[in-house]
Amino acid sequence: MATFQLNVNGELHKVEAAPNTPLLWVLRDNLSLTGTKYGCGMAQCGACTVHLDGTAVRSCSTPVSSVENKKVTTIEGISSGEELHPVQQAWIAENVPQCGYCQTGQIMSAVSLLSKNPAPNDSEIEAGMSGNICRCGTYERIRKAIKRASNTSAK
Amino acid sequence: MKVEINDSKIYKVNRRDFLKATSISMSGLMLGISFSCTNTSKKLAGNPDFTFSPNLFISIHGNGDVSLVAHRSEMGTGIRTSLPLVMADEMEADWNRVKVVQATGDEKYGDQNTDGSYSVRMFFTPLRKAGATVRLLLEQAAAKEWGVDASECKAQNHEVVHSSGKTLGFGYLAEKAAALPVPDESSITLKSPKDFKYITKQSSIVDLKDIVTGKAKFGFDSNHLPNTKIAVVKRNPEPGAGLTSFQAEKAMAVPGVIKVFTLNAPGFPTTLNKPLGGVVVVAENTWAALEGRKALDVSWSKGANADYDSHSYNNGMLQRAKTKGKVRRENGQVDKALAGAKKVIEVDYMVPLLSHAPMETPCALAHVHDNVCEVWAPVQDPQGTRKALAEALGVDVKAVTVNVTLLGGAFGRKSKPDFVVEAALASKTMGSPVKILWTREDDIQHDFYHFPAAQHLKVGIDANNKVTSWLHRSVFPPIGGTSNAAEKEASGAELSMGMIDLPFAIDNVCCETHEAPAKTRIGWLRSVANIHHMYAVGCTLDEVAHARGVDPIQNVLELLGSDRNIDFGPITSEYWNYGEKPEDFPWSTARFRNVIETVKDKSGWGKSLPKGSGQGFAAHRSFLTYVACVVEVTVDANNKIRIPKVDYVVDCGIPVNPERIKSQFEGGAAFAASLALKSEITVTTGAVQQSNFHNYQVARMSDAPYETAVHIIESNEKPTGVGEPPIPPLIPALCNAIFAATGKRVRQLPVRLA
Repeated sequence: MATFQLNVNGELHKVEAAPNTPLLWVLRDNLSLTGTKYGCGMAQCGACTVHLDGTAVRSCSTPVSSVENKKVTTIEGISSGEELHPVQQAWIAENVPQCGYCQTGQIMSAVSLLSKNPAPNDSEIEAGMSGNICRCGTYERIRKAIKRASNTSAK
Repeated sequence: MKVEINDSKIYKVNRRDFLKATSISMSGLMLGISFSCTNTSKKLAGNPDFTFSPNLFISIHGNGDVSLVAHRSEMGTGIRTSLPLVMADEMEADWNRVKVVQATGDEKYGDQNTDGSYSVRMFFTPLRKAGATVRLLLEQAAAKEWGVDASECKAQNHEVVHSSGKTLGFGYLAEKAAALPVPDESSITLKSPKDFKYITKQSSIVDLKDIVTGKAKFGFDSNHLPNTKIAVVKRNPEPGAGLTSFQAEKAMAVPGVIKVFTLNAPGFPTTLNKPLGGVVVVAENTWAALEGRKALDVSWSKGANADYDSHSYNNGMLQRAKTKGKVRRENGQVDKALAGAKKVIEVDYMVPLLSHAPMETPCALAHVHDNVCEVWAPVQDPQGTRKALAEALGVDVKAVTVNVTLLGGAFGRKSKPDFVVEAALASKTMGSPVKILWTREDDIQHDFYHFPAAQHLKVGIDANNKVTSWLHRSVFPPIGGTSNAAEKEASGAELSMGMIDLPFAIDNVCCETHEAPAKTRIGWLRSVANIHHMYAVGCTLDEVAHARGVDPIQNVLELLGSDRNIDFGPITSEYWNYGEKPEDFPWSTARFRNVIETVKDKSGWGKSLPKGSGQGFAAHRSFLTYVACVVEVTVDANNKIRIPKVDYVVDCGIPVNPERIKSQFEGGAAFAASLALKSEITVTTGAVQQSNFHNYQVARMSDAPYETAVHIIESNEKPTGVGEPPIPPLIPALCNAIFAATGKRVRQLPVRLA
């Protein structure tokens, strides 16, 4: 076990964990941030997506020892106070979720995509979201929500 | 799949509970004061500590808030919203004042098994009655308060309004209504559909904001009990088989691992309820549990299915399917008609084992202490879970509480409570709360799989280009074989999902089966046997159309014959109408024809498409809902299949929640695309070969339909479910579209064009 200092959603936390512990389990078990989900444990499904310094990564395959001195952002950290992030608002406007389990990871991927490409076309959305599986099959609405958020941000 | 569906008992339960209306929760002084809300003098609220619970499902609080119980499990269909909306509409509650409360597993609620696409079908009318009863009570309470006749009072939008214009709020009236006798059922009037405010209207799900902010609590997220330990189980790759030996030392050496112990294997068949057994590793946190499990040395015993090889098993089924089998439906003389046919289509269809792979793997938090058991788990069948827990722990069901969390997908997997029983047994051993987590590998390698199936069809066309004979043989291990080794052949209910319920006016029909003993755990997957039956039937119909030189939609309409309600009684004694009486939910060829003709119109059927593109059609009635489907595909030079457009037409009776009906069909199309294009489980030496999403593939964004248009038929027929009906017709429609685009027939899933 070792002690790590993490910057999660702008707050500093000291956590005790084995160095190879995936960030996912530190977020969930140590910090009770359960919005980040387990889906596969091998970076295949994207349910665990968080941002490291603003870029989407799969927290299930990111050792906690590698994230010190980096800013970790989870789904709990993307809205400012009561006002939801424009991507979250777009998700609500398009009624995207069905079961909802994968959607936090989808949103984190979408936020990262839009931060790098504010107006993605269909194939760019497909490429940017290809690492996220939704077993309920909400892909069409995810695409629509990303376009909606893109348009909102552009205005 | 639920074979026996009793008539709903819910209204009777309500009646009984109405008589217990004296057990209203009260606390503090009963002053009967009215609160004046903000700057209005309207009497909106009453005693804030008073709660009027006229039935099990509805409570009105003195402050005006309304609590509505959701007794079905939410796995993505929107049922946690749709049924409370029905009650709110009938009682004229303001949806913004409604809080939805999830029920625990308890038979007092009537059926809670969220399965078989029957939640809306079974509970629409009883819950309307429950809401309408409360509306009447509130109107009567206001009438008494004002000293007027109840006919002058009308509940609307959380108030009762008198014909003079004066109003009283629901909160204020709660206590008054509680003092009134329960109205007789005959005095209740249900709303006219034209007065619906929420039913058939658009709405968002109640958990929407919590989901997009990460606050929604799924089973995996249950972390509220202090001192909860995390456990994972190492299981024999061969389901049901036991353990020879294990070494715990290396596992115990992993920091955080607390205990390693065994759970007995059930043998085979396993049953649907019992855990698979194995070695349990309990730790202080998830990673320690996983690392501890990895460090275990385990030696497994071989069981009854150690030689199970899915490839040779499936080939064996196919060979049997080519021979005369046990007759399950017979009309006319198929052999004779086939012998006299001018053309005979003879085709085989293969479907592999399939895994559910919900995004949230099985998981449960259990706390067993002092002879009681409480669990928090994502389960489709909370009452079944409760019984399984009571049996496994040797306690009365009353000592077991099953709290139902949100389900991160289920598709039939979470009907089976084996993983919850694991958690309870682990908690009992540990003497502390234990959360069991399944990894994706656990999930894919230890599922209750969709049947592998081999089918053989032979269709005869005579000299007049008429279809005269239809022979269909279906071979697959029945679900019953997972619980009872004697069940080796498909049940009538399983065959009524797309085989013996063939609706066509063909003179000579024969449906046959062969034995196929279960070699692994078989369970129901979204739309069950309709998956493989409709794949084969829908594709064969397309081949028949081409053989006849008739448009595929025209072909099906011709085979359908005149408009009628099909009486399957004389046709086959094994027909099952999804648990409903045929007189209540007849098989209407007119409704079937209507969805087919509508999809032809809406999809632009027959439009000109570029090379490498094509349209395909299929239609099916499953779970009493009529669906027609046209799929458009493109196949590029690398054989990458894309689905630019799907058109669905659905007749599900009254469309209770159209927005969620659409989402079920959009998602269903993507789910079916997974089954058709991506997914396959194989087994060698009794062990599943796939382990995670890299080798058990499911549809990603580029595989799913780009656009799914869902056209809902306006109807006043009784509502039927939509969770499963999107799946069956999409697969053959997609395969028929691939044929239109490439000239290649797809007779084995998943599609491999190269």
